[in-house]
Amino acid sequence: MAEAVQKPNPTEEMIATLEMPSAGWSVAARQNALTRLRATGLPQRRDEYWKYTRPDTLIQPVAEPAAVFENDEAQLFDDVDRLKIVFVDGTFDADASDDLALDGITIDRLEQTDADLHWARDLYGTLEQNGQTPVARPLAALNTAFASDGVLIHVTSTPSKPVSIIYRHASTTSDAILHHFVKVDSGAELTLLENGPAAARLNKVMEIDVADDAAFHHVRAQGRDHERRAATHIFARLGARSLFKSFTVTVNGVMTRNDCIIELTGDDASAHVAGACVGDGAFHHDDTVFVTHDAVNCESRQVFKKVLRNGATGVFQGKILVKAGAQKTDGYQISQSLLLDEDSQFLAKPELEIYADDVACSHGSTSGAIDEEALFYLRARGVSKNEATDLLTLSFLAEAVEEIAQESLRDQINGRLASWLGRRSD
Amino acid sequence: MLSIKNLHVKLEDEDKQILKGVNLEVEAGKVHAIMGPNGSGKSTLSYVLSGKGGYEVTDGTAKLEGVDLLDMEPEERAAAGLFLAFQYPVEIPGVGNMTFLRTAVNAQRKARGEEEMSASEFLKVVRAKAKDLQIDAEMLKRPVNMGFSGGEKKRNEILQMAMLEPKMCILDETDSGLDVDAMKLVADGVNALRSEGRGFLVITHYQRLLDHIKPDVVHIMSDGRIIKSGGPELALDVEHNGYADIKAEVA
Ligand SMILES: Nc1ncnc2c1ncn2[C@@H]1O[C@H](COP(=O)(O)OP(=O)(O)OP(=O)(O)O)[C@@H](O)[C@H]1O
Ligand SMILES: [Mg+2]
Repeated sequence: MAEAVQKPNPTEEMIATLEMPSAGWSVAARQNALTRLRATGLPQRRDEYWKYTRPDTLIQPVAEPAAVFENDEAQLFDDVDRLKIVFVDGTFDADASDDLALDGITIDRLEQTDADLHWARDLYGTLEQNGQTPVARPLAALNTAFASDGVLIHVTSTPSKPVSIIYRHASTTSDAILHHFVKVDSGAELTLLENGPAAARLNKVMEIDVADDAAFHHVRAQGRDHERRAATHIFARLGARSLFKSFTVTVNGVMTRNDCIIELTGDDASAHVAGACVGDGAFHHDDTVFVTHDAVNCESRQVFKKVLRNGATGVFQGKILVKAGAQKTDGYQISQSLLLDEDSQFLAKPELEIYADDVACSHGSTSGAIDEEALFYLRARGVSKNEATDLLTLSFLAEAVEEIAQESLRDQINGRLASWLGRRSD
Repeated sequence: MLSIKNLHVKLEDEDKQILKGVNLEVEAGKVHAIMGPNGSGKSTLSYVLSGKGGYEVTDGTAKLEGVDLLDMEPEERAAAGLFLAFQYPVEIPGVGNMTFLRTAVNAQRKARGEEEMSASEFLKVVRAKAKDLQIDAEMLKRPVNMGFSGGEKKRNEILQMAMLEPKMCILDETDSGLDVDAMKLVADGVNALRSEGRGFLVITHYQRLLDHIKPDVVHIMSDGRIIKSGGPELALDVEHNGYADIKAEVA
């Protein structure tokens, strides 16, 4: 009789490398997440939403090392008056961070919060768990179970300045699991900025609970760190008349998977998710968005633009699900790529699933090259080929950048995109 | 100024010869006009001179002040002083007209080793020139040629020409689609630029433009060649009698 050979189980191999706190308010939620992770297992190539993106490097027990990119540019948002929270390789850096006190807001560290009364106790992991159906998101369950750090932000009224989370990558072998929870109370408003490459490998979850009449603005930049890998999830729940806006710019990074799962649960709410990405060379970027309309007269918009050159790959998987009863839904989705050469590719999977009859939903996806007529027109006026290409590229990305509500932040992103584009290696 | 000798051009992807030996000399300070039937190769000539892709020069030369144009990139030709007012100006969504103009002016200055124009100086100059062409501030703010009427696009071409102050200006049917008043504006814009050091090549179907912009020489192009050249009276002849007689005469 042949001996039974134990097949290696990638989920258990990964779990074996991780540590969960044995006490504290979050233990029950973490245990629950671990059970859920074991039930689904880590993502596999055959999973419906992992067809275009290989999960291998995101699920292997030890992260691939990533060289630290020496950036000589001024840091993004440097001249914005903000409250800074700094993580280095996934660990909070108190010296580099500001004092975490700001009127209208309380900020606690996930790791240090031991009070049983903490508001986060009954919330941590709940939006993530809710976002596991109808599509499982095992990397997020893993995150809830094993997150080693993060911040819990409770917004009770509108603070005077944005909160800015800065992620520094210092070690070539860092493997970070960060989990943030943001709770915006009724009538309050928060602008959250995030920038930096974080770690050699980052698994990040941000749960955002936006109450009735509250607003949440999010501007995120995933920087020019060529070898870093990241899998991030946003889980947002929107109350009545609330506003949720999230914009991400991604420039390079060998592997990025950004999932954004939004549920509109109160009437008259708005959710806008946008992304601008510039991929150059060995670059794989995947935006997977799932917007669920479960209330009346809500509006959602997904605007994703990707510029790809030198063999880069861009993926967009976007879904609008309109539940029965979510009448007067206005759903819009556009994903477009600008392919600057024939080696680059864009893979898109736009989906609509609608169970209400009085809705207006549209989606579109295009892939195109640079407009040669426009390029020649610019060159005929003396603009160099590179500069003309950059101008046309920026104008292509503009629709996504326009989704940022604050003009000063838009200008920062545009300025940064221009300088990134200008730094071509050829 | 502009010297074209025996220029033969075919389509790059097709075995179709379009220019079949064009010879043309435009002297500094002079205005030359080209007329000719549809499809005779006038726009092709202007595109090949300014460096548009898709064409292959099979024979001949084209020089600007003695420098070979055909070897240069389009932007180098522009910096060398060549300007083409397009028959069909291109719409560019997302790129503001002002940004475009300023980028172009400064790119050319940089290429020539000159200092860039400051933002305030640029604004002053562009406003004055736009006013002359009755282009309002709102149009300057819009993306390049987006939502411009046919006539507005043509005026925008002349505005670009006025800002760039090229040495050799090629105008491809800048008069078509213009109402009578706009034609006068455009002609005034062109005449304001006429000078000792500058040459003009004006492609047109109509005598009317040439009433305003008095040409020194008129050429007739047909089937990829210049078949006849003469004084301004040649344009009148075409206006009254069409091309049949001229074609028959040289056949
Ligand atoms: N890219 C192209 N592909 C196919 N045919 C072309 C192309 N460019 C020019 N041609 C052909 O070459 C000939 C000359 O065209 P061109 O546009 O130069 O004529 P034109 O004299 O400017 O005419 P019009 O007075 O109508 O503007 C035409 O038969 C045209 O169809
Ligand atoms: Mg023509």
